[in-house]
Amino acid sequence: MSAGVFEMDSWLERLPITARDLLTGYLPDPWRWIAQSVIAIVVILGVFGTLFAFLTLAERKILGRIQNRPGPNRVGWAGILQPFADAIKMLTKEDIVPRTADPVLHYLAPVALVSFSLLSLAVIPYGRHLVPLDLDSGVLYFFAASASSELSVFMAGWAGRNKYALLAAMRALAQLISYELPLLLSVVPVVMIAGTLSPSGIVAAQSGWRIGIIPHWNIVTPWGFAGFAIFMVAALAEANRSPFDLPEAESELIAGHLTEYSGFKYALFFMAEYFAMIALSGMAVTLFLGGWQAPFEVLQFIPSYAWFAIKLLALLLGFIWIRATLPRLRIDQLMRLAWKFMVPLALINLVTVAFWHLSAGWATGAQPLRWALALALVAVPFVLIGRRLTSGLAPRIYRYAAP
Amino acid sequence: MNLTLLLLGLVILASSAMALSLRNIVRSVLLLVLSWFGIAAFYLWAGAEFAAFAQALVYGGAVSMVVLFAVLLTGRSHSDAEVPPPPKGRLVWALVAGGAAAGIIAATAIRTPFAAATNGVPSLPVRDLGLLLMGPQLAALLVTGALLTAALLGAVVIAAGTKDDKEGAP
Amino acid sequence: MNTLQMCLVLSGLLFGIGLAAALARSSAILVLMGVELMLNAANLNFIAFWRFGPAPEAGTGVLFVLFAIAVAAAEAAVGLALVIALYRHQKSIRLQEATRLKG
Repeated sequence: MSAGVFEMDSWLERLPITARDLLTGYLPDPWRWIAQSVIAIVVILGVFGTLFAFLTLAERKILGRIQNRPGPNRVGWAGILQPFADAIKMLTKEDIVPRTADPVLHYLAPVALVSFSLLSLAVIPYGRHLVPLDLDSGVLYFFAASASSELSVFMAGWAGRNKYALLAAMRALAQLISYELPLLLSVVPVVMIAGTLSPSGIVAAQSGWRIGIIPHWNIVTPWGFAGFAIFMVAALAEANRSPFDLPEAESELIAGHLTEYSGFKYALFFMAEYFAMIALSGMAVTLFLGGWQAPFEVLQFIPSYAWFAIKLLALLLGFIWIRATLPRLRIDQLMRLAWKFMVPLALINLVTVAFWHLSAGWATGAQPLRWALALALVAVPFVLIGRRLTSGLAPRIYRYAAP
Repeated sequence: MNLTLLLLGLVILASSAMALSLRNIVRSVLLLVLSWFGIAAFYLWAGAEFAAFAQALVYGGAVSMVVLFAVLLTGRSHSDAEVPPPPKGRLVWALVAGGAAAGIIAATAIRTPFAAATNGVPSLPVRDLGLLLMGPQLAALLVTGALLTAALLGAVVIAAGTKDDKEGAP
Repeated sequence: MNTLQMCLVLSGLLFGIGLAAALARSSAILVLMGVELMLNAANLNFIAFWRFGPAPEAGTGVLFVLFAIAVAAAEAAVGLALVIALYRHQKSIRLQEATRLKG
């Protein structure tokens, strides 16, 4: 058995499953499987619930600091108890259901949204031995769960009997459906190279290091970098995050399709948005950043779940940074971005990855040529399509107040 | 094992029966989506994982959206979502026809002596499915791709209409 | 009655419900939903035979179901586009009012 902490499969690595086996090892067979599943569910809910709570706090503080103000700092030391104050506020607010609203749909929409977002967290490999559900077609399951959550957006907009909420729900649905396509298309190259739809298989296909310091992650390849960029932008849109947060633009519409919601149901919608963000970041880490693998060979003593957490937090920090920095897109701008820019680039990425796969056997002298060609296949369409789509600078018009 | 089948069958049949007999069309569509998810659960119980997730993704995530948008674009307000129930005569004849079809199928199924089932769940890993699609069934795959492209382009053209229909479009 | 026969009875009943809906309802969207249910019932049949029937080739049932799902989705899209186009002309989706080519 491996001795110390500096081995690959050390006791620190196996600590979660040792703990789980301690708790359930004495049970007979069908009960043991049920107990292990219940433990996995409780751990996921606990860890990601806490992460959601402190992510809201981190977001407000980081947004504050980028905008040169301190953020919440009154509740607890440096505002650390702010999420609990927010939770108490949300729970004690009056839950208003409009008199002509459809009560079943009004109640069901946030519940369905949170359920589907949580369901998608089940297939992500959080560590070497920490996959809650090791499915052969796990990636398809993940995207099926995220796609089904669009139904609850419609239910939310329809249930309130408010025609503006309905129009906002249609806009939100149009955004979600449009960005489904680049999201799925950017995952296809990863599946092509790994040869499997199982997330743990995809992580295993990214193992190994070249000279110990360059990992074989998908992001260090040209097509992987393009795929990662497309996936991240599409994930921003799927999670209704800035700059694609038109559906819930607080400064423009009241709350879009969530206008008729108050109190805890409103909080559930935001919890679902954060869970979707976490799930998509977790899938991005799995598909492009090597999952729970360490970046350098010497750093393998740090347990795999710690590496996953570090990468996940880095991506979430990126999401918050983007929110603080970029202005919001209008609905026609974001639809044009999806259909005219990202879908063609994702399709060209498929060609790039096919070339990459077929040229894997080239002699080592021809490898720089392979890299140069792949980089050209990624960069040239990006520049050309980008140039064609921007309309340039408008002529400067001077408007003066009437005398 | 058969208890699961009974429960799944009950969910699927009850939700589809209610879906197609309600007055409120939006509730009908949402119950129908529930029955589609029930069918996906049936596929999962039968061991066809890929088909189950494909059914959930395509029907629950895409066809449901198309149907809901059609409902929204063909009604002017929330009150247009109420469709009147069919007249009694037609309802009776439709139920007779449906019942006769179901009865014939069920009777044939019960009377035919089927051979014994193969042992265990037939395993179909996704890799084999992919190799089958790209190998022996490549022609079907290409034809389906062409069919889908033609169908969706046609749907966009039909739904967009010509310039003379544009007055007061919803 | 073994499991295969129960599954076939289930799919037969679903087919019957879809047929009754397609014949009885007067809203074009609900008729299309009846047709979708009939297609789903046929898919149920395929999976039941793949799983419980004597299968010489593994995978034919699942493949057929995948193609049937794709074709049904395309047909739903085209059918609903036709419903939208019909609405544009007669401002309602009652099939009884679509009688301009009659007689």
